[in-house]
Amino acid sequence: MTETLDANSIIERRACVTGVGQSDIGRRLGIDPLELTLDACIAAIEHAGLTPADIDGVATYPGPMAVPAGFSGAGAYDVIDAMRLSVGWYGGGLETSGQLGSVINACLAVASGLANHVLCFRSVWEGTAQGSKGRSAVMPGSGGSGSFKASGFTEWTLPFSAPSAAVWIAMFAQRHFHLYGTTREQMGWIAINARRNAALNPKAIYTDPMTMDDYLGARMIATPFGLFDCDAPCDGATAVIISRVDRAKDLRNTPLRIEAVGSALRGRPSWDQFDDLSTMATRDAGAQLWTRTDLKPSDVQMLQAYDGFTFLTMSWLEAMGFCKVGESGPFVEGGERIARDGVLPLNTHGGQLSAGRLHGYGFLHEAAIQMWGEGGARQIPNNVEVGAVAAGGGNTCGCLLLVKE
Amino acid sequence: MSDTPTVPFRILPKLTDANREFWQGGQDNELRFWRCQDCTQFIHPPQPICPSCYGKNLRVEPVSGRATLTTYSINHQPWMPGPELPYVVAIIEIVEDPSVRLTTNLVDCDHADITIGMALKVQFEHHSDTDGDVWLPLFAPELGAAQ
Repeated sequence: MTETLDANSIIERRACVTGVGQSDIGRRLGIDPLELTLDACIAAIEHAGLTPADIDGVATYPGPMAVPAGFSGAGAYDVIDAMRLSVGWYGGGLETSGQLGSVINACLAVASGLANHVLCFRSVWEGTAQGSKGRSAVMPGSGGSGSFKASGFTEWTLPFSAPSAAVWIAMFAQRHFHLYGTTREQMGWIAINARRNAALNPKAIYTDPMTMDDYLGARMIATPFGLFDCDAPCDGATAVIISRVDRAKDLRNTPLRIEAVGSALRGRPSWDQFDDLSTMATRDAGAQLWTRTDLKPSDVQMLQAYDGFTFLTMSWLEAMGFCKVGESGPFVEGGERIARDGVLPLNTHGGQLSAGRLHGYGFLHEAAIQMWGEGGARQIPNNVEVGAVAAGGGNTCGCLLLVKE
Repeated sequence: MSDTPTVPFRILPKLTDANREFWQGGQDNELRFWRCQDCTQFIHPPQPICPSCYGKNLRVEPVSGRATLTTYSINHQPWMPGPELPYVVAIIEIVEDPSVRLTTNLVDCDHADITIGMALKVQFEHHSDTDGDVWLPLFAPELGAAQ
């Protein structure tokens, strides 16, 4: 775990981000999810200055899934076939280091020479798939039928009327509150920061200003989470091109080299059996990242970190060493450090809380947009040469360090 | 506490040979877990080998039913039919082995009195079902325990 690696072993450094693309994003677009996915993929290829013939790898998370409704808009095979791609490597699946696990896999694929340019994508259509009935309506067994039985990991939560990640992650936050004195007022700055950034993002879902009173006054979901601690399900797809650095030299954008990745899981892969219920595999992925680079957290000029729930961003801040363990509350309090002009601009597109639950890939997209200076009204004033991206929570966590050279 | 307790709607677990003793132990008022007979490791959720010594000499044993509150959330969201809102979802660790945890509900407890680390005792909520009855292990503050 702590052995020193020689630089040649850190092969993700042979990979870089060369283009990003995004479909339309909305609460309920009513568009075929494969079409949304392909819109993002084609946009990313074009943005990189490549053609579909250059794409020889495909990576996605989580692959095709019928349940929960809208959780996956397309799988790798769907895109390979629809675009008639010819690939040297491809992969999609849920059992990896969070949504960015698929990007990490792509980095390894290009570094090993199995592919030169990997099209990575994540698409969701939870808004349309869940309809106007709300998330409750899509919970398994919610029709009240006595015939549905819980099995697999839901066996241990569904019988206790705890069907949602909101409840599971709320319990991690509650333990953090207990151990470190973290407060709702501190956590609220994650949501408020996201909303003020979303106001400058033309694709964001929620852009109305949010005050601390708005945040605290919202209805409770599962303590300590209120409504504004939870992200906004939507329709939308994001695609990212991962290229090998030797193939990226003459493309449209300055390559964003992958300096290091974190993919570790060192506790039990479980929401309730994980060893320390005040942290998550964020701890493991974050720690691993810094064993693979000479850079330090103080070198990072921007963080795009998962906010499916506010507490997850706080967990990443601690896990990646931007503050000490237990001190994410004071770190974000007041919202100055994490503002666009602060020491660590955070979730500059509005995160999933306000810009929509694009599920992990939205953070990588935003990191690239900022590092390429394409952020428009929400552009970070300082030139960002080192950026960090983190996605996931619970036992499924991954992170990346990007360097613009 | 209601004067006329009713059993809320629950999605019940699919019973298997591996989990039946856990979900039906309440019939005998017992909380039960698999345990390695070679190295004494408690095992939860059930799995075919001991995670410590990889042995297969496993048996189900009752524990005291006493536990400690690790964390909790007071749930206000009507995700599905279930207990009256708001209800408390909790993670507890059994006193015999704090690495063995259950997600459960905290019951018979004023929400203002909930404290992480408080001592708890199991009680069972019986559900009749044509696929086999289930006794859900719920937890309440342990009477007489210093909180």
